[in-house]
Amino acid sequence: MIDVKNITKIYDPDANAFLALDGVSFKIEDGEFVAIMGPSGSGKSTLMHILGALDTPTTGTYFLDGKDVSSLTDDELADIRRDKIGFVFQSFNLLPRSTVLRNVMLPLIYSGVGEEERDRRAREALHASGLDETHFTHLSNQLSGGQIQRVAISRALVNNPSLILADEPTGNLDSKTGEIVLGTFQKLNKELGRTIILITHEPDVAEHADRIIVIRDGKITEDRKNHKKKDAVLELAKINSLKQ
Amino acid sequence: MTIFDILHETYSAIFANKVRSGLTMLGIVIGISSVIAMLSIGQGAQNSIQSSIQSIGSNLILITPGAQRGPGVQISAGRGSAKTLTLEDVTAIQQQATNIKAIAPEVSGRYQVTAQGQNTNTTITGTVPDYQSVRNVSIAEGTFITDQNLQAGSKVAVIGPNVRDDLFGVDVDAIGKKIRINKVDFTVIGMTVAKGGSGFGSQDDLIWMPLSTAQRLLSGDEYVTTISVQAPDSNSSAGIQAQITDILTTKHNIKNGVLDFSVLNQADIAATATSITQIFTILLGSVAGISLVVGGIGIMNMMLTTVTERTREIGLRKAIGARNKDISLQFLIEALMLTFIGGGIGIILGWLISFLINYFGLIATQVSWFSIILSFTVSAVIGIVFGYYPARRAAGLNPIDALKYE
Repeated sequence: MIDVKNITKIYDPDANAFLALDGVSFKIEDGEFVAIMGPSGSGKSTLMHILGALDTPTTGTYFLDGKDVSSLTDDELADIRRDKIGFVFQSFNLLPRSTVLRNVMLPLIYSGVGEEERDRRAREALHASGLDETHFTHLSNQLSGGQIQRVAISRALVNNPSLILADEPTGNLDSKTGEIVLGTFQKLNKELGRTIILITHEPDVAEHADRIIVIRDGKITEDRKNHKKKDAVLELAKINSLKQ
Repeated sequence: MTIFDILHETYSAIFANKVRSGLTMLGIVIGISSVIAMLSIGQGAQNSIQSSIQSIGSNLILITPGAQRGPGVQISAGRGSAKTLTLEDVTAIQQQATNIKAIAPEVSGRYQVTAQGQNTNTTITGTVPDYQSVRNVSIAEGTFITDQNLQAGSKVAVIGPNVRDDLFGVDVDAIGKKIRINKVDFTVIGMTVAKGGSGFGSQDDLIWMPLSTAQRLLSGDEYVTTISVQAPDSNSSAGIQAQITDILTTKHNIKNGVLDFSVLNQADIAATATSITQIFTILLGSVAGISLVVGGIGIMNMMLTTVTERTREIGLRKAIGARNKDISLQFLIEALMLTFIGGGIGIILGWLISFLINYFGLIATQVSWFSIILSFTVSAVIGIVFGYYPARRAAGLNPIDALKYE
């Protein structure tokens, strides 16, 4: 469970102070699929960094699974990221010189999981995100954009995290591949009960989630249930039929 | 993260940039191999000089005539400065000096030697039977000069293997054959074992005969050219050297302090030679060491470039849970691996250079374990020292900035 209370983030507090987040509060229950939406400069990246334990807030508290993450040291934050958070970034998600399997294993390597166990779990995660087994031993620079994102999702899954955090995961993809990737998130949320936070600036993308939090100028302006949730499978069928 | 995982990362990183890694390693290879080769040359030179010194005998004290002459004061001008030592001096040393093991006077000079139409010019040494033990002469065939030969003034000679080769041919049995020196025929009664060595003149290109014979038939007077005294051990040789100086100063009635003889201690010669070759080795080693440091700076340069290039990779690794320690260890091991591989190749190359120098007979080099351990340690230290700063820099990167880095 995520409990964010009155978080502020001030960059450069001495000289020209910039208030990136201004009193943000919300709760996300386990198993929710939430989209955080906002234009660039709205503070959503800052919020993502704090939610992802890459950064700490200036004031306020952030509880992840009952643990206060807002005042941890660098190493403690690294451990939180390793054990409780799975990241999917817009680009440069994978190590180019390593195989798909090796990339997915990486979080397990850092948590010291044994070789057989990590191979098993990496394969399991890759199957869950629907990547074909023939690609497992490919180097990651031999994959297409959609395949790369699915490998990244597998890596985000592999450590059994409390939270999967996706930062503009479809930003570099065409709409068809984007739907496939979003469909993977929906499937993981529905079938495996994963908590997913999707950061995006596109309303179309945000509408794949169950709940949408809109942020603007560092403040939450909207936090609503998404009643017209898009199903990626149907959307994909639509795109395909349009093409024909 | 186990060491095996780190090695896996390191291996793929080094092999991703084969040319750059190779060139960086080359710096270490050159550094290490030159340290090994230079130290082996130094060691080889030292050994060859030491064995030359040892080949003339052990714990020797050599007395030679009239090496020193004061300005304006001519010593024994009438008799020539090189002729101040006699058999009486030998007797005096034998009677007065305590604790000497053996003493062997000799008279030597270069003469033309002929046999069976062949001829050579070599050093003829007239001496006594004790010479054999004092100067470490081993007999291969026949016998050395005996007391009988000495008393009778026999016309006999012991030859070195080189003389045999020159006069009779390689592997010919020379015992009993005649050689002619100064119009006198001598019978060969023995041949010495080859000693090799060249530093102080070949010990194999010599002819020995009884002292009495040499004085009568060759030099024509009763002087000797060298007196070799053997001390029982290297510690006592300095004391004996002083005793002999006193005895001869008194005997030669020298009052103004200008000696007409000189006493050389083999231990002093050896120590001087050792210190010279050591300085020579240190000099060579430090020149090679400089190239090793340059190689280390090459490693640091490459690692800094690598850290900059892989900023996004570092950011990604941190985002998925790598601690600062994991990152710094990865880059440190990478630098260490470069120096280790470079060091390993360098050791092999250095050994090969040393082997080739030996093989082509330039100098009898010797690769010591010390130099291998030294260069391995040095390359490890270089890896740590020059890898530490780039690794720290990598670990200190902020994951957010690193992920944004273009």
